[in-house]
Amino acid sequence: MDLEREFERVVAADHRIEPRDWMPDGYRKTLIRQIAQHAHSEIIGMQPEGNWISRAPSLRRKAILLAKVQDEAGHGLYLYAATETLGADRAELTEKLVEGRQKYSSIFNYPTLTFADVGVIGWLVDGAAICNQVPLCRTSYGPYARAMIRVCKEESFHQRQGYELLLTMMSGTQQQRDMVQEAVDRWWWPSLMMFGPPDAESSNTEQSMLWRIKRHTNDELRQRYVDMSVPQADKLGVTFPDPELAWNADRGHYDFGEPDWTEFWQVVKGEGPCNAQRVEHRRKAHEDGAWVREAATAYAAKREKAA
Amino acid sequence: MDNAYDGLTEDSEEKHWAFGTGFSTALAGVDRAVPSGVDHDVLAVYCLMLGDDALIYSQRLAEWCSRAPELEEDVALANIALDLLGQARLLLTRAAEVEGADRDEDALAYLRDEHEFRNVRLAEIDCGPGPGGDFATTIARLLVMSTHRLALLQRLTGSLDPVLAAIAAKGVKEVAYHRDHAAQWVLRLAGGTEYSRERMVAGLERVWPFTDELFATHAVEAAVAEAGVGVDPATLRAEFDEVLDTVLRAADLDRPDVRQVAALAGRAGRDGVHTEALGFLLAEMQYVARSMPGAVW
Ligand SMILES: [Fe+2]
Ligand SMILES: [Fe+2]
Repeated sequence: MDLEREFERVVAADHRIEPRDWMPDGYRKTLIRQIAQHAHSEIIGMQPEGNWISRAPSLRRKAILLAKVQDEAGHGLYLYAATETLGADRAELTEKLVEGRQKYSSIFNYPTLTFADVGVIGWLVDGAAICNQVPLCRTSYGPYARAMIRVCKEESFHQRQGYELLLTMMSGTQQQRDMVQEAVDRWWWPSLMMFGPPDAESSNTEQSMLWRIKRHTNDELRQRYVDMSVPQADKLGVTFPDPELAWNADRGHYDFGEPDWTEFWQVVKGEGPCNAQRVEHRRKAHEDGAWVREAATAYAAKREKAA
Repeated sequence: MDNAYDGLTEDSEEKHWAFGTGFSTALAGVDRAVPSGVDHDVLAVYCLMLGDDALIYSQRLAEWCSRAPELEEDVALANIALDLLGQARLLLTRAAEVEGADRDEDALAYLRDEHEFRNVRLAEIDCGPGPGGDFATTIARLLVMSTHRLALLQRLTGSLDPVLAAIAAKGVKEVAYHRDHAAQWVLRLAGGTEYSRERMVAGLERVWPFTDELFATHAVEAAVAEAGVGVDPATLRAEFDEVLDTVLRAADLDRPDVRQVAALAGRAGRDGVHTEALGFLLAEMQYVARSMPGAVW
């Protein structure tokens, strides 16, 4: 009972919980699930953009893109390491991912169809991820908060790189400008869905807010994202495919239309354009690499025995 | 940090945010004049040879991205590919500058056809993750390529061309890591399980037929060596053999006993005569750039 009171005191005071501290089972489980899903998202997120590395149309863009996708692998690594401080096992979490028993961000179940998608993902998808993640730099679990500080720094690089690609493309040919607008049209609604279902339908929000694992509701974050994105779209010279999008002076915010939540749930349930492909790609890499991991383990064991 | 969009469009000091991609500073202060008495065309082609080795090999290595056996290895292979891509950009930029035909790194990478590429054939063949190999084959190629390239770059640090010398000095540190990474994996795979050992042996057999080509002296290489700006690859063979023998001995492996892949009427990669694989690699690499003339990226 004292332990529980101490935990609540630390969390309420906005201090950090560390791996050796006592924590309620539900808190631990919720965190493992949330951080694992986040780690899976980083790893699955390598695929849509990785799709364009071999075809990037300039060597500078190829280098930027390869470095970015490599960063995402690094983010996955820090986050899996954070789950291990809670007693989870990376290999087990990977099994859950490739067997489809654990989720990742649905945004990565959409295809990247042109090189403009690389820029739009940087701008909108990394941008939405930052809106979601900046508050997590102050989340109650220490290792997660620290991982997020590092991740957010790199995500903001990605976002700038993406936006800069789009600015460059918009200064190019009409064909390039059309390509950018077409990509924005495809990614805008899915990016709004990255904040999760409306607050009224979101099951985990209340407890997570109390535990300071989550710090803002889905709808608050979505509004903030829209408010920040609209001026950027203006500056870029593109529009968002939402006829209801308009400045509301009374609220001091942009009004915007409702995402297609039927589509959202469809993708969450595994019927998105790329769900099967993404998981299969990860499963294949994992299985094809099994003999290499076994060899490394066997070699290390032999060396230890010899020493 | 609370506003995710802070500084998005400010063109402030932030010119370096593209990690490992801004190379204007890498060779800051280096004299870019071609040393007197050096034939410009010959030096330009030599820069293409070394640049194409790095570019085409980097393109192959990047295929592992999101497909490696471990996340740590995904990061490591991407790092190596990025190092090589960085070297390629410096070398192609030097080639373009010396050639003086108003081309840049991208014109050279994206607008040349197969027969204009001067890389050795070992750089272009599929060694995995495609059907032409696997992780062990990839490691075998990394060992061979990095041992060759490290020996070459070490010698090139003494080039009379200050730009090539500076590129080599930067590259030596990178490629020393590549070679070490490869050697460690050869030990692990050869000494791991029975299966991994079989794969390692098969991997070496796949790449070995392309090793002689690395040390065959092309007329351009002979000329740059003579002028003191480049290296005659034949002079690297002894060092290469010694390093390979050391690694193979430590892994308790024999040198592969396989035939070499001959040149075609005496012509191979350095002459622009390649394997069937290069056409497909270039088709993929170049198509966006070629399909949108006038576009800016
Ligand atoms: Fe990330
Ligand atoms: Fe990112």
